[in-house]
Amino acid sequence: MNWASAADFWAMGGYGFYVWGSYATVLAVVVIEIVLLRVRRRRAISEIIGGNLEMGKSTQTVGDR
Amino acid sequence: MSTLSVHARPGLFWFSSPQTFFPLAGRLTPWFFVIGAVLAALGLYVGFFVAPTDATQGESYRIIFIHVPAAWMSMFLYLIMAFWAALGLILNTRVSSMMATAIAPTGALMTVLALITGSLWGRPTWGTYWVWDARLTSELILLFLYLGFLALQAAIDDPRRADKAGAVLALVGVVNIPIIYFSVQWWNTLHQGSSVSLTRSPSMAATMLLGMLLMALAFWSYSIGAALHRVRSILLEREKRSEWARELRAAERLK
Repeated sequence: MNWASAADFWAMGGYGFYVWGSYATVLAVVVIEIVLLRVRRRRAISEIIGGNLEMGKSTQTVGDR
Repeated sequence: MSTLSVHARPGLFWFSSPQTFFPLAGRLTPWFFVIGAVLAALGLYVGFFVAPTDATQGESYRIIFIHVPAAWMSMFLYLIMAFWAALGLILNTRVSSMMATAIAPTGALMTVLALITGSLWGRPTWGTYWVWDARLTSELILLFLYLGFLALQAAIDDPRRADKAGAVLALVGVVNIPIIYFSVQWWNTLHQGSSVSLTRSPSMAATMLLGMLLMALAFWSYSIGAALHRVRSILLEREKRSEWARELRAAERLK
């Protein structure tokens, strides 16, 4: 065990700002990416379910894999 | 070649057909996120409670457990992105190209994380948040390559043309990866060379290395999960009028 107390843990030997700043940044970016992924998915699905997609308006080329 | 003949039987292009790939990616995605979370929990435990204080850098070195995995992922993801882009270009498989497009945002975010955590580590150890040395500058160029790839694809309306233009940019940018990797050897730089032997004591280095490798695997797993999640959205966006998307809609299996 490296830490004598919880305060000791949060202080990170005087480097708290840099260590926790780094970890908070990673956490924030991961949370933001997951939210954006979910928003994009929901938008894509609602466009198929709610959208007026006529069979004749197909833009997909059949010969394309 | 018609789409039907491709997905009718397993073969080389079995998984390159959207109707096979979409449900498969959907089944795999949650597992990558779960494995990533478990590995991150283990890695953080080892990183903060098992790995000892560094002899020269004190507790500030604990940034290594996210900085190095993020920096590794920023480079790996670029290579994987370029690989799928090249495959899409050569074989004309559109799922390959969509894979490249799906990886780019996660790669850009990993590059941002490597740069931010690096500058937060640089301040206490070098006395500065930023310095224009070879390692940092080439990593910044990597971010611009990701952003350039995304901007170029967003600027072209026709998806297949966007795929091809993006692939060319991605392939040209591959030259930057060895430059980043070997920059600490080729040039005089503030950035330290080796990241695994921070202390002289081998037992200390072992737990530090373990924590770092667990976090690296966690970042891998998360990145694959994020890319697979995104590629399914891209598939739906691009092929919303296709036969397979209609079938999924009718079967209520779009999620």
